[in-house]
Amino acid sequence: MIDSTVVDLSRLQFAATAMYHFIFVPLTLGLSWILVIMESVYVMTGKPIYKEMTQFWGKLFGINFALGVTTGITMEFQFGTNWAYYSHYVGDIFGAPLAIEGLMAFFLESPMFGLFFFGWNRLSKRGHLAVTTLMALGTNLSAVLILIANAWMQDPVGSAFNPITMRMELTNFAALVLNPVAQSKFVHTVASGYVTGSLFVLGISAWYLLKNSHVEFARRSFRIAAAFGIAGTLSVIVLGDESGYAVSESQKSKLAAIEAMWETEPAPAGFNIVAWPNEEKQANDWEIKVPFMLGLIATRSTSQVLPGIHEIRAKNKERIASGVQAIIALEDMRKNPTDKAAQEQFKKHEADMGYGLLVKRHVDDVRQATPEVIENAAMDSVPKVAPLFWSFRIMVGLGFLMLGLFVAAIWLSIYNTHRQHPLLMKAFLWSIPAPWIAIMCGWLVAEYGRQPWTVFGMLPTHLSASSLSPASLWGSIAGFMAFYTLLLIVEMYLMFKYARLGPTAVQSNHA
Amino acid sequence: MFDYATLKLIWWLLVGVLLIGFAIMDGHDMGVGVLLQVIGKDDTERRVMINTIAPHWDGNQVWFITAGGAVFAAWPFVYATAFSGLYWALLLVLFALFFRPVGFEYRSKLPDPTWRKSWDWGLFAGSAIPALVFGVAFGNLFLGVPFRLDDTMRSFYSGSFWALLNPFALLFGVVSLSLLTLQGATFLSHRTEGELQARAKKAAQILAIVLLAAFSLGGLWVSRIDGYVIQSIGDVGASLNPLMKEVGRAPGAWFANYAKYPVLWLIPALAYLGGIIVLVTIRAGLTLLAFVGSSLACVSVILTAGVALFPFVLPSSEMPKASLTAWDATSSHVTLNVMLWVALIFTPIVVAYTGWAYRVMAGKVTRDFIVKNDKTAY
Repeated sequence: MIDSTVVDLSRLQFAATAMYHFIFVPLTLGLSWILVIMESVYVMTGKPIYKEMTQFWGKLFGINFALGVTTGITMEFQFGTNWAYYSHYVGDIFGAPLAIEGLMAFFLESPMFGLFFFGWNRLSKRGHLAVTTLMALGTNLSAVLILIANAWMQDPVGSAFNPITMRMELTNFAALVLNPVAQSKFVHTVASGYVTGSLFVLGISAWYLLKNSHVEFARRSFRIAAAFGIAGTLSVIVLGDESGYAVSESQKSKLAAIEAMWETEPAPAGFNIVAWPNEEKQANDWEIKVPFMLGLIATRSTSQVLPGIHEIRAKNKERIASGVQAIIALEDMRKNPTDKAAQEQFKKHEADMGYGLLVKRHVDDVRQATPEVIENAAMDSVPKVAPLFWSFRIMVGLGFLMLGLFVAAIWLSIYNTHRQHPLLMKAFLWSIPAPWIAIMCGWLVAEYGRQPWTVFGMLPTHLSASSLSPASLWGSIAGFMAFYTLLLIVEMYLMFKYARLGPTAVQSNHA
Repeated sequence: MFDYATLKLIWWLLVGVLLIGFAIMDGHDMGVGVLLQVIGKDDTERRVMINTIAPHWDGNQVWFITAGGAVFAAWPFVYATAFSGLYWALLLVLFALFFRPVGFEYRSKLPDPTWRKSWDWGLFAGSAIPALVFGVAFGNLFLGVPFRLDDTMRSFYSGSFWALLNPFALLFGVVSLSLLTLQGATFLSHRTEGELQARAKKAAQILAIVLLAAFSLGGLWVSRIDGYVIQSIGDVGASLNPLMKEVGRAPGAWFANYAKYPVLWLIPALAYLGGIIVLVTIRAGLTLLAFVGSSLACVSVILTAGVALFPFVLPSSEMPKASLTAWDATSSHVTLNVMLWVALIFTPIVVAYTGWAYRVMAGKVTRDFIVKNDKTAY
């Protein structure tokens, strides 16, 4: 039997290292385009202050980028080290976008990263702008590919099981790449990075303006950040809604948990603005509901019914029982590949095989799966409601708060009234962490909401981990914690130091 | 679409190309990192060394990342089994690599000498440890790795981390460490001047000799151990899993490919030629040629080992029939085909802009440059 401790620790390690990696990624995504905008203005107007802006924000970009690269190395290898069965079972499909990410995105972004910093005196103005643009493009391309991979885990398309190799194999590359879940996810995710970069520049510029230092520099940075930020925030919100629509198509269990919707309601379902989900009672203690709203948002119709958690579990129970039959047939086929009856039974139940694998959390031999075991497996087939319900609401709340902030920033920029509103300026500074909190909540919704699966409906998380010992896991978690904490302290120290120094940090070079 | 067996062979070659690309490109960065603490006498000298690779380390590191991704895509069995089995070896490499991006980027951002010296040790560890571990890992492939597969293809590793550090494998570690450090030494000879250059040249000469000696000794030792042989296997042009074959062990089996196709002996011969080119040209001051020589050594040392192992990729000492090979550890026909096109389209593009980046940044890095660009240089 697979050691549950190992699975839990592997999840902890993956979640911690992935979230840590994603502290740096959004800022890279956003700042890279802000650098392109600033440098474009420099090339078009020839005003040296825009070059200074590009170089100063570029410096902070570099400090952040280094840790993004460092923590990214972990991600490329961690599927193999800690999720070996996952890597075997779906590597035929999942590995492809990862390899393409390296060849297409990292190989574009990284040499340009070097030239961005060291090519100022060796490239023409336009040549350098081209380098900066390619760097931003590479950074964003890498997001496309990794989100194609992630979208496949959410909605596995274009693949089929091969009983000889005992794994899923790619049947349709185009379906993998053009997965609609990937498209809305991509825009939603990169735009959240644009918001992060914008609020970062906005907040620090607001701080300079409050102190009345580097005023010209800060005013211009502020304006660019405000404009880019509002575009980013609107994209995040619109495409977040689109992502919600995609989820309602592919993962009804995630949607029901986000909305704390225990019972199926007549269409169109109401939306719980606030509620108190109670896992023990399997119901909400209380709720404040807007009628019809959820049905309209999630299905774009007034007639389509959204199933509640109880109904989803009941359906899953049937699929689990059917999936068990597929696994039994597969075992018979391994013993005797020409067993016609087993082949037929497998064909009949193949679509539910993933659900059958859910019982392996409770019994090793699926033939021992009693109705009680199947009942338990169905119980786990929907994630816990409260973490999803709340993190979703924090994310959305922060999204609208930031929209308000950027609208205010635009207004201040147009009327040039920064000085009259010191409180608002402080709000910009103190809101710098807001996008990060929203993003972490967003990932929790996406990934925790997919549980108990690593690949939705196909491979349970419980089966995906490597055969390691708990001691190895404790050791590696301790190692990651130690290294990552140390590196974060160093990074924050440098970031604060250079943000405090301000543009003087780059000016002295030209002296 | 190529037939499946041909694609399997092509992908064996392509993984080799990526490893070679890694050794040549990331290898010279790692070599510079190792030499930082050996021939860099003061802070400015160490900055000169770091700035020869400052614009390129990130791009070069992508060879390593992409090799990982390509193994995942083309050989998922290998990616899953090797990295989970050799868990602590891989984590050791990862933890060591953590020091590199931050080391390069942060080292010169503060003037404090303790800060800078600490990062220099970090860069040294981040270069030397992976360079050593890669060879040790290769050495263990020749010995076989203790793992088994169950009938759902789940792998179980039964060895320990310490068992990997046996004398045989450590000798391979010496080969890889001297190979990559040599690559750094020839690169520094080309891109620096004065006393530092003289020291780099001297290091290159010593390293070339160490490399050739360790390489020869490794070859001798391999001829004394049992290799692995496939006794029977299904149709290599069809879908296979690793348990569908019989594998035995035989003395000298790692030389079977060379015995069968004697022309392959040219590959190890080229490794010697590479070493000799370094020794001859470095004295004559032909530093670019010396770099070509050490790069040739990278190509042929890696190919020598790969050809000896072929078609084995990860032999199992515990359950020989579970050994992973280029025939039965690969992805599906569709995936190998798609990925081949991706590689054919993008590899030339990668080579083009990497070459362009080196051309833009060409020329020697001097002490004067560091002093003048104190704030912007690494």
